[in-house]
Amino acid sequence: MPNYTFEVNGKSVTVDAPADMALLWVLRDKLGIKGPKYGCGINVCKACTCHLDGKAITTCSTKVSTANGRKVTTIEGLAVGDTLHPVQQVWLDRDVAQCGYCQPGQIMAAVDLLNRTKNPTDADIDAIENVCRCGTYGRIREAIKAAAALMA
Amino acid sequence: MTRTTEADVDTPPQALAPSISRRDLLTYAVSGPVLTIAAGFGINLATPGTATALPLASTPPDTTDFCDAGDLVLLASAPTMPLVVLQVGADNRIRLELPRLESGQGIATACGMMVAEELYVPLSSVDVTLSDARPELLFNQFTGGSANVRVFDASLPLLAATARARLIAAAAQQWGLASAMLTVEAGVVKSPDGRTATYASLSAAAALVAPPTGVARKSPSQYTVIGRRAGRLDARAIVTGQKKFTLDQDVPGAMPTMVRRPPTIRGTVVAINNASTVQGMPGVIGIVAIPGGGTIVPNPPGVAVMAETFGQAWAAVNALDVTWGAGSIDGESNDTIQQKLRASIVPFAVPPLGALTVDAEFEMAPASHAPMESECAIADVRAGSAEIWARLQCPIDTQVAIAQDLGLPQNKVKVHVVSSGGSFGRGVFWDGVQQAAQVSKALGRPCKLMYHRTDDMRHARMRPHQYHKCRATMLLGQVISYEHRVASPRVDLRHGLGEILTATAVSAPPSVQQSIGNLAFEVSTFQLMVSSPYNFGVLTKVLNPVSIDINTCTYRSVHIQPTRGVEEIMVDEIAAKAGKDPVAFRLEYLRQDRARAVLQKVASAAGWGKAMPAGFAQGVGVHQESRSFTACVIEIDARDPNAAKVTKAVIAIDVGQPINPSGIEAQIQGGLVESISLVLTAGLHFQNGLPLEGSYSQYHFARMKHYPKDVQIFIMPSTEKSGGLGEVGMSATTGAIANAYARATGIKPRKFPLNFPVDFTPIPPGMLPTPTLT
Repeated sequence: MPNYTFEVNGKSVTVDAPADMALLWVLRDKLGIKGPKYGCGINVCKACTCHLDGKAITTCSTKVSTANGRKVTTIEGLAVGDTLHPVQQVWLDRDVAQCGYCQPGQIMAAVDLLNRTKNPTDADIDAIENVCRCGTYGRIREAIKAAAALMA
Repeated sequence: MTRTTEADVDTPPQALAPSISRRDLLTYAVSGPVLTIAAGFGINLATPGTATALPLASTPPDTTDFCDAGDLVLLASAPTMPLVVLQVGADNRIRLELPRLESGQGIATACGMMVAEELYVPLSSVDVTLSDARPELLFNQFTGGSANVRVFDASLPLLAATARARLIAAAAQQWGLASAMLTVEAGVVKSPDGRTATYASLSAAAALVAPPTGVARKSPSQYTVIGRRAGRLDARAIVTGQKKFTLDQDVPGAMPTMVRRPPTIRGTVVAINNASTVQGMPGVIGIVAIPGGGTIVPNPPGVAVMAETFGQAWAAVNALDVTWGAGSIDGESNDTIQQKLRASIVPFAVPPLGALTVDAEFEMAPASHAPMESECAIADVRAGSAEIWARLQCPIDTQVAIAQDLGLPQNKVKVHVVSSGGSFGRGVFWDGVQQAAQVSKALGRPCKLMYHRTDDMRHARMRPHQYHKCRATMLLGQVISYEHRVASPRVDLRHGLGEILTATAVSAPPSVQQSIGNLAFEVSTFQLMVSSPYNFGVLTKVLNPVSIDINTCTYRSVHIQPTRGVEEIMVDEIAAKAGKDPVAFRLEYLRQDRARAVLQKVASAAGWGKAMPAGFAQGVGVHQESRSFTACVIEIDARDPNAAKVTKAVIAIDVGQPINPSGIEAQIQGGLVESISLVLTAGLHFQNGLPLEGSYSQYHFARMKHYPKDVQIFIMPSTEKSGGLGEVGMSATTGAIANAYARATGIKPRKFPLNFPVDFTPIPPGMLPTPTLT
């Protein structure tokens, strides 16, 4: 099997994997990075959302070869030391999570949106497709707006 | 929960007290004499709701006015409540070992608040972990029936207050002072002359102090923690990706495993035709046909593949060529099942009285629990022992069943309960554990098994179809009877109350799914949960579970949300026939003041009756359940009846004494999302013995864009005993959404979900979808 070298949360890693293995399984099963979650495996529920070179991707549908030579950020890499990313902080302040399973993906999607759009509209937020079965959507919407204000 | 140390937590705390020197975490008993505790429960149970629940003379009392399902769980849990473990760590942190499953509903935080309150410590110094299976807890390790906060509110504050009293008594002994002279603050006992001692320094001595009598919990006016908004205890772990769900547990050597499942529900494995080819695929470690058998409930059928990664297991599962035998409902579809349900209905007791009758029939499609964390488990089966990790609402049942499946003594099976990624009732059974244990045993390696989402929707347990038939009769402008018949494929309740006595009682040989015991248990549960809030004269409600072998289990609120949702639709139609406004009519007929109060709150806050453009409307619903009361006014945009959208929700909730307002609000928000989904879009189409839906793109559970942007939630101030919550938030909302739809469109809502086309290409039966990778 070929080797792929890329950066995960600031550290360089090299993995031995088939080119078409989904990045989600490389992260979880080979590298032991468990923040990204499996929910559907076919780019529908978005629970596995991470960033590739700073942009949101669903790792269940991204080949490991696509990540070669690039930078992957998972939920574990969002905070700087003990200092939370503003989005993580508002998630805490507003007690957004319920079970928490989809929240790493929700937070990574929200950070991606705020990276693209400083002041997201309701329509921008409505475009987030990440499923939350517990129904935290209302708090996510408020938290994204609060994070936008915090980051302004 | 990855504890693998000695099994001391399974030992009753009394036995631990003398051996405190062997560990730095001093477990000491919060236990008082059982009789002292039980006396308190006796008083509570003698007057369930009678202070406010006296029905009017014309309405015979409802079963739930006197005893409901939550009372049953409360009563069953009480005797072993003193065995619940509280620890004071050497670092002065308090640790509660909760014998329940936290699945996002917030019980760990609520119980932590009760402990913090009575021990006078900040919530931030309380840790709540989930107990391993502890068979000595008997009925007190069952998570269900929205009873958790009710059960712990009735006991945990007193247990924590007793612990505080013992810590104070220990300090009093050391200082030669009377306990009454001492105070506590932030985990430190203080004397009038300035001496201080931390709880940690006192816990060894406190463990030897006999529990004092006459300990009282705080009165609500003394609360500094309870009733104030608190963030979840696991919130930081969640937002940093550190929270460990089942498949995130670090179990050395546990290898990813997925299962090829039959093309119809409960189809059987006849032959694997290409095992050697699949065995040679990249990463494949082993192939195992799941054997038949199973204790309490049968093992789900399928062929498992263990591999180095889940991606490789998935590819190998799809490459398998398996010959399958017939399933349990081959050929059945939603229509054929509904025909059977319709034919089974018990006739009404009151004959139709012509124009004074409101008659209606309703159908509900089956629903998938669809928790974000699909069905999964880890099992490590050795020669003489086994260790299990899973999200379990019935861990004692699981321990008993898996021990029997593996031929091991019960105490050789260690069962760890892991916080779950949603449950909604799914976790009452242990299907994933059964399969993981068989695979681990067969391959001689620890197994971490995961259902693909497609199988989680098609082959895991679900809420089955429902058919409802209702009739109300009126005489001289008054409603004099309301009759409600419900038919549904039998809901599997063979877990009982989570331990082996009731599980056995409702069970027969596992292959026999339609046991008499299960039938009786289901009908009793229906009577103990579903309560009509109205004074409608003669009320009859009959559930008829029909023998159709679908993989079922309780779904959030079990029969309540469909039954009460339907009743709220009926109420609107009765009011219309009587020529009365839906809110005014309800205020006239509601039996209890607390129900009237929540209705008045939402009617006022929502501006009930305001003018709205064509295609838009308000709708209202009221509900009582688990000693809680709620009402909702919805605004809907149904200009396109096939794409109706909830635009606003105003909800009032009276749960008695609120514990954590943030958690209450969260459960109500979640109930709203669930109701929007079940009423408008989320359902399963059965065709040829299998649901067509196989992912969230096909099973239409609400997304961000479906959640209304204007949601107001009012938590009613109260010092009544805490009621249930987790399931309570679905019925008033269901009624209100359906009623708003009816008022906006003029279409009577009869079949749910209301917007239910097959708008996708189904994944072929028996297959998993192939991912498209870029």
